Amino acid sequence: MTDNDGQRFDRLPATAADREVTGRASRAEVIEWWVDRFGLPADAFDDYTFWEKGAGKIWIFAADLPSPTDVEGLGMTFLRTRQEHWKPTTNAVQRFGRAATRNVIELGEADARRFLAGEDRKPDWDGDWGYLIVAHELAGDVEPIGVGLYVHGELRSVIPKGRRASLPARE
Amino acid sequence: MTPLERYESLVDDPDAFRAACDRPLPSAVRVNTIKATVERVHAALDAEGVAHEPTDWHPGVLRLTDDSPGHNWPHAHGWLHGQEEVSNLPALILDPRPDDRVWDACAAPGSKTTQLAALMQDSGLLVGNDNNLGRLSALRHNAERLGVTNLVVTNQDARNFSLKPLGAGHEGGVSAFDRVLVDAPCSCEGTIRKNPDAFDTWSLDHVHSVAGVQKGILRRAVQATRPGGVVVYSTCTFAPEENEAVLDHVLDAEDCRLVDFDAPLDGVPGVTEWEGEEFDPSVEKALRIYPHHNDTGGFFCAKMAVGG
Repeated sequence: MTDNDGQRFDRLPATAADREVTGRASRAEVIEWWVDRFGLPADAFDDYTFWEKGAGKIWIFAADLPSPTDVEGLGMTFLRTRQEHWKPTTNAVQRFGRAATRNVIELGEADARRFLAGEDRKPDWDGDWGYLIVAHELAGDVEPIGVGLYVHGELRSVIPKGRRASLPARE
Repeated sequence: MTPLERYESLVDDPDAFRAACDRPLPSAVRVNTIKATVERVHAALDAEGVAHEPTDWHPGVLRLTDDSPGHNWPHAHGWLHGQEEVSNLPALILDPRPDDRVWDACAAPGSKTTQLAALMQDSGLLVGNDNNLGRLSALRHNAERLGVTNLVVTNQDARNFSLKPLGAGHEGGVSAFDRVLVDAPCSCEGTIRKNPDAFDTWSLDHVHSVAGVQKGILRRAVQATRPGGVVVYSTCTFAPEENEAVLDHVLDAEDCRLVDFDAPLDGVPGVTEWEGEEFDPSVEKALRIYPHHNDTGGFFCAKMAVGG
């Protein structure tokens, strides 16, 4: 086992048995986490490769390149690992969360707007604690807004500052 | 002499040209088809009471009549990207396919890069490069907001772009591109409607120095494209030094030729002569768009076939 080099992109090992870098998540574990937590189809990520750059930051990439690779970005940041509770990114939830069937909390319009602005909410929820996909109805379908952390009856908005917005009140 | 007076001899209708340059630019957005359909965006904007109308030349490019494009749900979801109408052109002309390997040589802040990704249906491989590390963060932010997953971001001087970080020569690496977009840094004369101070920093010296950079980038783009591949060159400026003269230089130096293309916006052919200098006659295949042609910013676009 070697230590993680956070300055470059390394493709994730296929399974835990293939692991060569200490503490690195495997492709199988990353996919299993998303599929288990959000009920996506098991083949949802067949066409993607997964990479680590930085300490535990996992990237999803629609193509493949020889590993390691020294570039500034590879696909989209997808999941934060190397911590007790893995955390999906807002952008990954917006991109892939539409296919989720569980741990999705749907907010009404007023709560959805305040959640987007970065405010914590206290919705009715008797499901799992932890990271949830927060969604609302828009143009005839349920659309993911981002990630919320549900603990002790409170839904914390973890929308990054650069993606928060205060929308004008609807007329 | 203002920059605009400099080009009046080239323009078909100088009065209309001047008048259009003095008008502010309408606010436009592009529908991000990676995350939403045109129909769903219309429905969501209607539900929010955001006034919008499709352009007459592309269903996925909308004009917002009175709203800031950043303050509505479709924008928060990454369904929309604020992008000037005419700047939608070069990616459409490049016409990338889903399995292509594509290089956007001067990518930041990423409007055209993310449009390329959408045209590729977010598959294949897209390299977005920029030499400015600060501007790369804007590219990364836009690409992630719009849900792009097929993008490799690199930070190199495009004039001597190396394919080594992309694994050139190794199995699975990129050794050449199918299509390349060179949306070159330029003197930005055509953005005068958006940036009324665009001429404050204008100088002929700058035009000449940026033209040298443009020639270097376009040459490297042709070299990095496989035989049979396509390169699109675009700028948002009128100066022939930065447009036809750049094409003329690269036609002479590299194995490529200009080709005809259909454009959904009106324009006029490239000019073959400027201030006593004559260019290769094929530069007429390029397209000059003046602000009065389509009520947009000014633009220049050319399509090149590489090899043979």
